[in-house]
Amino acid sequence: MSKAKKLLYSQKIAPYVFVLPYILSLLIFWLYPLVTGILMSFQNVTFGGKEWVGTAHYAKLLQDKFFGIAVSNSVEYMVLTLVLLIPIPMLLAVLMESRLTKAKGVWKLIMYIPALTSVVISGLLFRLMFSEGDNGQMNVILHMFGQPSFAWLKTKWTAWVGLLLLCMWRWTGVNMLYFVAGLKSIDNSVYESGEIDGANGWQKFRYITLPLLKPTTVYVVTISVFAGLSMFLESFMLWNGNSSPKNIGLTIVGYLYKRGIEKNDMGYACAVGVVLMIIALVINFIQLIATGTIKVGKKED
Amino acid sequence: MNKKWLAMLLTGAMVASMGTAVMAEEAETEGAPTAVTTVGPDDGTHFELWTFVDLHSNFYANMVNEWNEANPDKQVQITFSTYPYGDMHNKLMMSLQAGSGAPDICDIEIGQFPNYTGADCPLYDLTAALAPYEDTMVTSRLDVYSKEDGSRVGVPTHVGATVMYWNAEIFEQYALDYKSVKTWDDYTALGQQLKEASNGEVYLTAVDTGGVDWMWIAMAEYGDDWTGGPGGEPNVQLDSVQKMLEMQQQWLNDGIAMIATDGHTDTDGCRVPISEGKIASFPKAMWYMSRFTGYEAMKTLEGKYDITTCPVFEEGQKCSVGVGGTGTVVTNECENPELAAEWLAWAKCSEAGQKHIWNDLGFDVCNTAFWSDEEFAYDESNIYNTFFRVKPYEVLNQLAEADAIGTVYTTSVSPTINDYFCTTVLNNVLEDGMDVAEALQDAQDTIEMELM
Repeated sequence: MSKAKKLLYSQKIAPYVFVLPYILSLLIFWLYPLVTGILMSFQNVTFGGKEWVGTAHYAKLLQDKFFGIAVSNSVEYMVLTLVLLIPIPMLLAVLMESRLTKAKGVWKLIMYIPALTSVVISGLLFRLMFSEGDNGQMNVILHMFGQPSFAWLKTKWTAWVGLLLLCMWRWTGVNMLYFVAGLKSIDNSVYESGEIDGANGWQKFRYITLPLLKPTTVYVVTISVFAGLSMFLESFMLWNGNSSPKNIGLTIVGYLYKRGIEKNDMGYACAVGVVLMIIALVINFIQLIATGTIKVGKKED
Repeated sequence: MNKKWLAMLLTGAMVASMGTAVMAEEAETEGAPTAVTTVGPDDGTHFELWTFVDLHSNFYANMVNEWNEANPDKQVQITFSTYPYGDMHNKLMMSLQAGSGAPDICDIEIGQFPNYTGADCPLYDLTAALAPYEDTMVTSRLDVYSKEDGSRVGVPTHVGATVMYWNAEIFEQYALDYKSVKTWDDYTALGQQLKEASNGEVYLTAVDTGGVDWMWIAMAEYGDDWTGGPGGEPNVQLDSVQKMLEMQQQWLNDGIAMIATDGHTDTDGCRVPISEGKIASFPKAMWYMSRFTGYEAMKTLEGKYDITTCPVFEEGQKCSVGVGGTGTVVTNECENPELAAEWLAWAKCSEAGQKHIWNDLGFDVCNTAFWSDEEFAYDESNIYNTFFRVKPYEVLNQLAEADAIGTVYTTSVSPTINDYFCTTVLNNVLEDGMDVAEALQDAQDTIEMELM
């Protein structure tokens, strides 16, 4: 074989060629922005110029009350979405898989369709529904009960009802499908042996379904933590821009966008981004260690 | 062990994809422009122009045609793209930060302008191009679109003098006299009468939680400026602002005023109660006239509305202030900036340009010599001269004669002040009834912290 042909058929090189596109995209679209982002968080970035400022941005972040609001909003949102978007889709998935449910395909389709709409459009619809004008959907309902119009998006808890409803409307179906897939992988014989031992429905769910569904649950929790912490567009659409009354809708990414794009302070925005990354990593590592997906201190193999 | 590393790598990759997802979502919000048109001959010098108001591109298109007729040796062709307000500014900022993709010429709203004039300003110096018009234009309007060293980087469109809009039909219906209102005390008293006469169904006015125009009026009347002027220190704990906010709080408590739907009077939400006659009057800049003719619902108000000067706290004060505005710039990405600058300065500052600004856009032009020019100002073919119960330039000339238009600067601290007022201070004070002095103290602390 010629040298070139040898190279072409080399079993050592071939795998690298196959992973090359992924490695390249990782380097160009992930590692490069990540490193530049971290570097920029120590700089003052102007149009075309940059100047090193050390840890000044991070020092300022510590005192920045808007950043505090953004972090607490994002974390709160993440926790609430976890509380809503893990148990409810799980129960729905169990229902979907039970013998009692008819026309399963139709139900799954109906639940999944909202996920296909763009956040922009669904956010816009929710904004109109929760509008403070007299013809907003929610106010029309209030009027039916003889109540006056209410400024839904100006009070935190009512606005968040809208925000969480939007989130549930879009994501319940997706999470449910993850759980359905997880349920399908549980062998029916486990349930049968449970029945022979006299387990009732609740016991079957508690001692068979839940533990065997754990890998799926861990996965759904992990992506929900990311999705919750990086939420931006829903709030951006609901309040028609990045400014909400008393910043009740300000999220970490929203604050990053405000600082970097709206106020031309890229360096500071990068510091916000780095902190967001650290928070997301810490929360998920805690979660993965707690659920045993990553084992600390023990050697497995 | 291997599994552990795999899990860590996967987690890392997921965090990374989170960032990518955010970027992708951003791309989704910045959709295509709402309108694109190209005007001028193909062999002319080509420019890209972005704006956030569709009406502006119609005006510019007229100016391209007139320029090409008069300058056969310097033909221009311009492609106009209109984007929604937020999208356009964000796109412009991102392209200028990245150093590519920006248009040659662009409209920038005054509140956003300071974001572009800092270090390494990416805007072309228009001082030379504006020199021929320097003497005729209102200097304060040129100053607001200048860098700290005084070089001009933006061309103004209008003065934006604030006036009072009155739904005269409502006041006639209840036999109330709005024309004799001179001070805010008179205005408040009129509000009481209106409330009693209409059984509280019609509000005297709407106060803004998402705009600072009212604060600007108060500052101009007392000669204050919360930015501290160019190079000054911001100070929002001003008597003028406090008086205005306390007065507004009182109006809300007394049921004289309502809170503007969706934050301020220039929103789709608030145009509903205005056109339905639930709000009887409101102060706004001259350019708000174009909203009456530009929106279907507002067109029904033809002949019902009157315009006067704003009330004052104490007689003898200035009663107006230049609010809002658009500075048009040439960016550093333009390949033929001299020609772009020359066309732009001509289009907005020459006599022909000023005529189109008044006739096409309905704005109060920056060359005040035209204000008293009968032919220019009072021509019946101009829709604004027949739409309202008064010819708008009559009110402007009253203001000019009394030298009653004050100035509040827009400086690098303005975006921070505006942002905090529109999200937090005004909501705290007007929605939640927070003590005004306390709210202003909190605002001052926050703004100082943020500008640190």
